[in-house]
Amino acid sequence: MPKTLLRLRVNGEDHDVAAATHKTLLEVLREEMGLTGTKHGCELGECGTCTVLVDGQPVLSCLALPIELEGREVTTVEGMAVGGRLHPLQQAFAELGAAQCGYCTPGILLTARALLAENPKPTRQEIRTALAGNLCRCTGYTKILDAVELAALRSTGGEP
Amino acid sequence: MATATGTKLFGAAIKRREDPRFISGRGQYVDDVKLPGMTSAAFVRSPHAHATIKSINSVEAKSMPGVVAVYTAHDVKVGGLPCGWMLPGIKVPTRPVLASGKVRYVGEPVAIVIGETPYAAKDGAEAVQVEYGPLSGVSDAKRAHEKGAPQLFDDISQNQCFYWTIGDKAATEAAFKSAARVVSQPIRNQRLIPNAIEPRACVASYSPGTGELTLWVTSQNPHVHRLLMAAFVLGIPETKMRVISPDVGGGFGSKIFVYNEEVVASWASKALGRPVKWTAERRESFLNDAHGRDHVTEAEMALDGNGKILGLRVKTHANLGAYLSTFAPLIPSYLYGPLLSGVYKIPAIFCEVWGMLTNTAPVDAYRGAGRPEATYLLERMMDRAAGELRVDPAELRRRNLIPPFTGGTPYQTPVAFAYDSGNYEPALNRALELAGYAQMRKEQAEGRKQGRYIGLGVTTYIEACGPAPSAVAGSLGAGAGLWESGLVRVHPSGAVAVYTGSHSHGQGHETTFAQLVADQLGIPMEQIEIVHGDTGQIPFGMGTYGSRSACVGGSAIVKSLDKIKEKGRKIAAHLLEANENDLVFEGGKWAVKGSPDRAKTWGEVALMAYLAHNIPQGMEPGLEATSFYDPSNFTFPFGAHVAVVDVDPDTGQTKLLKYVAVDDVGRVINPMIVDGMVHGGIAQGVGQALWEHGVYSEEGQLLSATMMDYAMPKADQLPSYVTDRTVTPSPINPLGVKGAGETGTIAATPTVVNAVLDALAPFGVAHLDMPLTPEKIWKAVKAAKK
Repeated sequence: MPKTLLRLRVNGEDHDVAAATHKTLLEVLREEMGLTGTKHGCELGECGTCTVLVDGQPVLSCLALPIELEGREVTTVEGMAVGGRLHPLQQAFAELGAAQCGYCTPGILLTARALLAENPKPTRQEIRTALAGNLCRCTGYTKILDAVELAALRSTGGEP
Repeated sequence: MATATGTKLFGAAIKRREDPRFISGRGQYVDDVKLPGMTSAAFVRSPHAHATIKSINSVEAKSMPGVVAVYTAHDVKVGGLPCGWMLPGIKVPTRPVLASGKVRYVGEPVAIVIGETPYAAKDGAEAVQVEYGPLSGVSDAKRAHEKGAPQLFDDISQNQCFYWTIGDKAATEAAFKSAARVVSQPIRNQRLIPNAIEPRACVASYSPGTGELTLWVTSQNPHVHRLLMAAFVLGIPETKMRVISPDVGGGFGSKIFVYNEEVVASWASKALGRPVKWTAERRESFLNDAHGRDHVTEAEMALDGNGKILGLRVKTHANLGAYLSTFAPLIPSYLYGPLLSGVYKIPAIFCEVWGMLTNTAPVDAYRGAGRPEATYLLERMMDRAAGELRVDPAELRRRNLIPPFTGGTPYQTPVAFAYDSGNYEPALNRALELAGYAQMRKEQAEGRKQGRYIGLGVTTYIEACGPAPSAVAGSLGAGAGLWESGLVRVHPSGAVAVYTGSHSHGQGHETTFAQLVADQLGIPMEQIEIVHGDTGQIPFGMGTYGSRSACVGGSAIVKSLDKIKEKGRKIAAHLLEANENDLVFEGGKWAVKGSPDRAKTWGEVALMAYLAHNIPQGMEPGLEATSFYDPSNFTFPFGAHVAVVDVDPDTGQTKLLKYVAVDDVGRVINPMIVDGMVHGGIAQGVGQALWEHGVYSEEGQLLSATMMDYAMPKADQLPSYVTDRTVTPSPINPLGVKGAGETGTIAATPTVVNAVLDALAPFGVAHLDMPLTPEKIWKAVKAAKK
């Protein structure tokens, strides 16, 4: 299968990647770029596990083609911490035990990040709605919602 | 018995040590494993529920670019997949790793195609031509039992694998004869499909140089995988096989079992001399992961005039699927019948189970495994009885509760179990209080006048964790022991590595086990490493299922710590020239009683154990201990859950307004982790009550094979739960723990169903089978209004 040279901007850096054009963003991230933090759950766009951000918006990487994303800004879970500092969402997830098996966690973190960027003080119901496309089978969601609330509170200058 | 409680880390909500890697995308799951020269596997699967295989033509597939090999049952000469639990008189059908001569369910693997890439393998699989001769199929367990039903195996008459009973038939019949009232109800417990978010996967790598097979596999019990695969299927010594189960993205039972794919990939890796990776597509998870539940039951409860239960009679057809999965016979027998007494004093119980083969995916343990089936049935019957007797459901439960027994004397039920300890009423009281039960009943009555239909559901439940002891399990048909191992290795620096046979796939063992060890040794958690999931490092283990890790795995570790401390004390006494009985071990130091300055630290003793320059004469150097802990009994967590729902009769929509869970899981090591498990369990239980349903057509086509057709709970569909606990320590194990992994799933299903049916009571709807979808509710209300 002939490969095409793609220039992808991922986590703030440009990468030249040779990949077959039919490969999905999920496959290219995981297989060509070694960014295995992005997980595959169904590859049908049903579970939200593979969510990444493209220009800040949640996108299912199993349904996205890299060739269409040249010049766009892709963010994966590996790009959430900046300069070794965890994102407030990551911090809150760890503090409250919002991850269990950890498999859906990257996609949920990124979806939540997009929510907080757009709506820094979401209500619990708004958080529920924003995360309704990300399935989690372990947590029953309560601690995830708690963690997003906590991160929002801290990011907007509230405590704790 | 030594106790490991009462110190500062036991009971603390310590942040999970797993999370730094999980929140940063650094978890290492099976699909993240990448080896040089690795190939990809794809499976050709049966599109038919039941058919003969007339021919398989792989000529075209083999010639396709990137296809490395195609193998069928003709090539793969290995043993069948074993069944690890034998009931009396059971008929166990041969389960080939690739279908041979016949296929018996949709999705059954027929051939494996190995490609240079996943794309090449999948294209190759599309090109394999299989000619089938379709046969009639049957998906319903009761229909499969009928005369003239399609037969899956010539030598298994009427598709019946086993007939199993528990309880006293004559006593139960007598109880029914003397009853003031008998309540009867046919009840279905629908099929569920586990759907861990990480699909099953494996990487098999055979080394022609050493003859060793390394298998990375999504497994809840890597040693069990190794034992069954090496001894029964591949026919190689266990010493030539290493199974690694790294980070695993949820199991819920479905990753206990040995499946076709990892066996065939392992065989193919040896045949090719190259690593082989297979990762399930979601559709494959739906088709071939072992499913859960699927019971068709006739239940009858006998009561006296005061609403006291006199007897329970149960007849269940359990759908086992087309073959017996690893522990399939256990689930609808010993993990089902013995739970039928619940937390109630029931003088007589008789339960009959028919284990049936059908043209569906094999059914085995799914979160709760048998216990949810029993609890759902019993709690549904309690509400049916409360409805007929016009007694409040909470009150009926209270009248029948087993009185407290916490002094060490177990409570013997009429169905084999001897509960370890229990005090059921406080949990019920607390749950009712947290739910504002009395007030909600008033609001319900008010609401009904205004056309608003609020419903309340109350469940008091029992759970049975850490199946044990091994000798009893063996006498009941187990093909495995049910103990756990724990190796504690102290390094010369004092750093401690713990090798546990338990496996964490979300449970947080790296944290909770480290809490136990840090507490016992008085050293920081940073000095403690918990190693799990690798047969190359851990002596042996039985794995994680049945909420057994803390009570069995944790106890094995504590036993080893006792041995380590014992040896450490002797070394310290020797160095201090003191009598070892005069030493106290506290804060990581052995000190002479009354003179705290005369002390040796943990690190000094560990170093000396390895230097061996000055240790008691005759003592072996080194500081490590291995223990195999075989509990004397199950543990029996319990609790009470309350749900409040609002049902819209015009749309059939159910809104879950409130959910209260008061659980008693014995002592709690890490409340944050336990809360999380309870939440997740409730979500799965609610999922079964309201949405989830693995639907097969009558003939055996799976109609719910995507997440769009199989509805799992989403973030915007669930309330936030109110959780609380009572604490009744288990006298069975040194930790006093009971197990918390499945309580939510067991209790939530009947709680929510009973709440919905309570809401529908004014319409005269006495029972509906799950899931209680809007359509089903709407139809029932509409029919009632006619």
